[in-house]
Amino acid sequence: MKVNRNRTFYYIKEGVISIFNHSLMSFASICIIIAFLIIMGSFILLVVNINAIIGELESDNVILAFIHENVSDSDARALENTIRTIPNVAGARFITRQEAYEQFIGRYDEEDRFEDIDYTVFRHRYAIYVDDVALIGDTQQALRHVPEFARINTNMAVASAFVTVRTVVGWISAVIIAVLLVISLFIMSNTIKLATFERREEIAIMKMVGATNSFIRWPFIFEGFLLGVTGSMIAYFSLWGLYGLAAGSVMEFEAGFFQLVLFSNVSVPLFILFAGIGFGVGVGGSGFALNRYLKV
Amino acid sequence: MIRMTDVFKEYANGTKALKGVTFELNTGEFAFLVGPSGSGKSTIIRLLIGEIAPSDGEVIVNGQDMDNIKMRKMPYLRRTVGVIFQDFRLIENKSVYENVAFSMRVIGASGKDIRQRVPYVLELVGLEYKAKAKPDELSGGEQQRVAVARALVNNPRLIIADEPTGNLDPARSLEILLLLKKINDLGTTVLIVTHEKPLVDQFSQRVIAIDGGRIISDGMDGYYNYEG
Ligand SMILES: Nc1ncnc2c1ncn2[C@@H]1O[C@H](COP(=O)(O)OP(=O)(O)OP(=O)(O)O)[C@@H](O)[C@H]1O
Ligand SMILES: [Mg+2]
Repeated sequence: MKVNRNRTFYYIKEGVISIFNHSLMSFASICIIIAFLIIMGSFILLVVNINAIIGELESDNVILAFIHENVSDSDARALENTIRTIPNVAGARFITRQEAYEQFIGRYDEEDRFEDIDYTVFRHRYAIYVDDVALIGDTQQALRHVPEFARINTNMAVASAFVTVRTVVGWISAVIIAVLLVISLFIMSNTIKLATFERREEIAIMKMVGATNSFIRWPFIFEGFLLGVTGSMIAYFSLWGLYGLAAGSVMEFEAGFFQLVLFSNVSVPLFILFAGIGFGVGVGGSGFALNRYLKV
Repeated sequence: MIRMTDVFKEYANGTKALKGVTFELNTGEFAFLVGPSGSGKSTIIRLLIGEIAPSDGEVIVNGQDMDNIKMRKMPYLRRTVGVIFQDFRLIENKSVYENVAFSMRVIGASGKDIRQRVPYVLELVGLEYKAKAKPDELSGGEQQRVAVARALVNNPRLIIADEPTGNLDPARSLEILLLLKKINDLGTTVLIVTHEKPLVDQFSQRVIAIDGGRIISDGMDGYYNYEG
């Protein structure tokens, strides 16, 4: 179909007029979209940050496997091959007792305090990295079956706690987002229903002078589109601002523990997501509403 | 053109508005449809534009059987028919100009065509100076003339007018009827519903008379046994 500029202008003008004919309902539908997207966006940012924390913990979340004193140095070095066959192991680094001693001393300023410690009290050890912290318990279990290891040490509690949090937050947000999506579509569709109701006589006249259904629909679809996209843009920039504020106070409060993910890292996908949902709710919601007055 | 064959119409509440109506109006013809209030005149018009469906019988408009028409095609049939409704059916929140331009917009006319044609048609009905007014700022007669302008604007092949002179003074009424006759002379089929016997009498034209949902006379002599 050829694009008719005159007609397109007409659709847009009618859509805008309609929004102001029932401004309260239009306002309500913009608000619900804003609320929906801000809540959804907050959950997304929360999950993104939890992921970042987990990633960070993963990278320094090592399993320390201490080797029995009676295993020879060469056998100890050869263990690396065995370790690498264990599932979920990303890498293993052999640390001699000499290195371990130096690391230990290096952590303290007052070197002289440990001067008289003999490095032979330290054990050879492996620092073992995993692919997925969620499975670290299994990996640890597998390492325990290697007889050359005297002890396996992990501080996995923190990481797995975050994994649990991520799972819980993921489920909660999925449910809340689904409910909000339904509510938004419902309110949007009611707004457009009201718009068609206000104009039912006009629609009847249009039909009598030979308007096609699509001609009648477009202004309403455009109205939904405008409401949806306005809502999503307001939500996007509000969330940006709110996140900046939240990030500021987190930095002050928990300086050094972790860094919040920068908004600019997620701004593009989030923008696309928001615009897409605004469009979908606006146009989809009006689509639901529109089939009522057209059957004459 | 119009062909109604043995048409019955019973409304949902049981009112039998038409009881076997048969008549034909050929392309290029001009006719009056007269009859007392409640005799079924508006019902015939609503059948002709597919606003309602007959209970029985056949309705053909511009070659299209209204019973078999696909919903998708209905708008295109309606564009070939210009209707002047008894209750005008103007859009209240649009100006006179917009109400008329609207009919052209619906069929996809260009902005340029609309800007040329609408003032011309408003002038034809003598309303060019009211172009910016809203319908509720007009007298009944002025609203009626807007309805006439809207029906004319797309050059339909058939014009159906339900009481186009009901709210006009005799001079204006005659003027509107002469306008419709002039359009008929250019080839458009015209059917006019009216009460006004004195007006009908001034034309030597076909008169179809209806009473109680039945055609009671149909002829060129202008005779009809209904006293308006
Ligand atoms: N929507 C409807 N539902 C039920 N009955 C109706 C409906 N419309 C019209 N009628 C009835 O059908 C009959 C014919 O009505 P119609 O409107 O066709 O009359 P008319 O000849 O146009 O009258 P008038 O000259 O007053 O306009 C009347 O008895 C009327 O009450
Ligand atoms: Mg009537």
